[in-house]
Amino acid sequence: MTKTLDHLSRLENQSIFIIREAYSQFRNIAMLWSIGKDSTTLMWLVRKAFFGKVPFAVLHIDTGYKFKEIYDFRDTYAQQWGINLMVVKNDEAIAQGVCPKTGKFECCNQLKTEALKQTMDKYKFKALYLGIRRDEHGIRAKERVFSTRDEDFEWDYKNQSPELWDQYKTKATHEEHIRVHPLLGWTELDIWQYILRENIPIVSLYFAKQGRRYRSIGCETCCSPVASQADTVEKIVEELQTSTISERSGRAQDKESAYIMQKLRSLGYM
Amino acid sequence: MTNILSFVIVGHVDHGKSTLVGRLLYDTDSLSSDKIEEMRKRSTELGHDIEFAYLLDHLEEERVQGITIDTTQVFFKSKKRRYVIIDAPGHVEFVKNMVTGASQANTAILIIDAAQGVQEQTRRHAYILSLLGLRGVTVVINKMDLVGFDKCQFESIEKDITDFLNRIDVHVNVCIPIAAKTGDNVVSRSNEMNWYKGPTTMEALDAVEIDIRRDSATFIFPVQDVFKLDDERVILGTIESGSIRENEYVSVLPTLQKTKINKLKVFGREIAEASAGESIGVITQAPVFLDRGMVLVNDENDVVCSDTIQAHLFWMHPKSYALGDKVDIRIATQEVRCVIEMVVKKINSSTLELINAAEAEIKNLEVAQVKIKTKKAVMYKRFQDNQGVGRFVLVRDGSICAGGIII
Repeated sequence: MTKTLDHLSRLENQSIFIIREAYSQFRNIAMLWSIGKDSTTLMWLVRKAFFGKVPFAVLHIDTGYKFKEIYDFRDTYAQQWGINLMVVKNDEAIAQGVCPKTGKFECCNQLKTEALKQTMDKYKFKALYLGIRRDEHGIRAKERVFSTRDEDFEWDYKNQSPELWDQYKTKATHEEHIRVHPLLGWTELDIWQYILRENIPIVSLYFAKQGRRYRSIGCETCCSPVASQADTVEKIVEELQTSTISERSGRAQDKESAYIMQKLRSLGYM
Repeated sequence: MTNILSFVIVGHVDHGKSTLVGRLLYDTDSLSSDKIEEMRKRSTELGHDIEFAYLLDHLEEERVQGITIDTTQVFFKSKKRRYVIIDAPGHVEFVKNMVTGASQANTAILIIDAAQGVQEQTRRHAYILSLLGLRGVTVVINKMDLVGFDKCQFESIEKDITDFLNRIDVHVNVCIPIAAKTGDNVVSRSNEMNWYKGPTTMEALDAVEIDIRRDSATFIFPVQDVFKLDDERVILGTIESGSIRENEYVSVLPTLQKTKINKLKVFGREIAEASAGESIGVITQAPVFLDRGMVLVNDENDVVCSDTIQAHLFWMHPKSYALGDKVDIRIATQEVRCVIEMVVKKINSSTLELINAAEAEIKNLEVAQVKIKTKKAVMYKRFQDNQGVGRFVLVRDGSICAGGIII
């Protein structure tokens, strides 16, 4: 008898399909792990796709401004899950003094995008898994599941290849790399319901302390917590079902001008 | 909540697709307070009144030009269930983006401007929907405010579109007069059109049943990859249809070897049975050779394995297909070289006019009925019998240039 899968199971199975599809096409693939809830969920799905293994390098882009909780979580689970972790840093820019105070756009672009670019060049990665979702930010709603970036990392969002059903653009020319987005169709609520169902470990910053919690995490300098009493996964799920504040409202880089996120992303930002 | 319906909104450029999406989100209280504020602020900055389309059109070019370039997906919920709305561009230049969006949808809304009536992209989009296998659409006649909420105007367009859709075998669920800008008959009932007694757009969507796949029960498992796990070779894939239990025998296509499923694997739990939609691993009895592109089935008589395919396809690349050109065909995880050997007929996707099939090429935006010859036998079924292995894409230089269904 064919049974009907529930919504979370359907998302899980589709994401595993996408993860395996990318790995079958690109053995020299890597994964970006920001240690946030989405990329940690992605890590969980990767481990499911490959029966507990993570058969490729995992990159953590370290700006030096991350929360202490993030570093601790990273080191604990990288070891526990047997992850081949590569910490990626743009040392040159840091030495030149690029920091949030000198301008957020430049800081994100240099310490994240440039740092990633250097690593992709050095190790010749042809593809990269990312845990972005369509419902996070308008510009991310335009993404494909398999999305091309050119040699300068630029995203030609006006001229993307078609994607039909579960058929993707799985070949990249010498100069290009492919961004693979297995969580594109998930919502923030789906993620938390899945974390609850699977009991996935998550950085403590997401849970409310003294009436505030982080809904989206990144660099300590550019994230602000939102008012919340949700100190467990159950309460976060409940909170999201009634909230009218959007997820990235605490993220500075979305705010500075109307199209800063579009500009960052067209230059290769994640 | 297991119930989520994805629908695409298609139609001619400027007939109000993005505005309808904005209105649906706004009137179902699905917008966050900071999104509404952002929309107000941006609209003022660019010197417009509040435009709902700004919610969807996130690219700078889209907002400045007031058109949708690429497809957008947004989430909302009604009292009944959750929805994913796919807003597809109406401009002919961006048809491939529209196809990308529409291929992910369970159902569709076709939107038509009440003042302009049925236009080129209205027909083309409807035709593409039929090629993607969508058989029922909800039609909304928008901007009724611009025609004084006139019943005769509505009925005349309703007749035009119904006639067209009947010709391409698409069923009209319902045809609704609306004004997306003011919200008439979107979520709330209009006070201006008391002559209309049918459902509002939201009611019509809530009434759509999610198409339950009526695929045959044959177990079909396209091999995606072979993963070495310690000393085992695990065959990876997602079950396309049917189900399988441990110790059952299967055939390998196209080689026709037989093998036994020794073990089914899912990380973190033991399973003895798996069915359609599940991404699993299987361990087969040695020593068959298995690789990506092969297909495991439990009844090889229920599927076709051949080097000839009859199909309808939609060409969506500016570079035409010249008869005899070698491209790759992909059906599930199978990928082989092929040529289009014969064009049975060619149709203009907007006017439905027959185009001279003797012409030795298939151009951008043309629909063709073709005979495809593959270099090696591939496994497939007719689309009406099995969606997953009844549809295909053609790939040239790594990019998808056509999509189609097997007839």
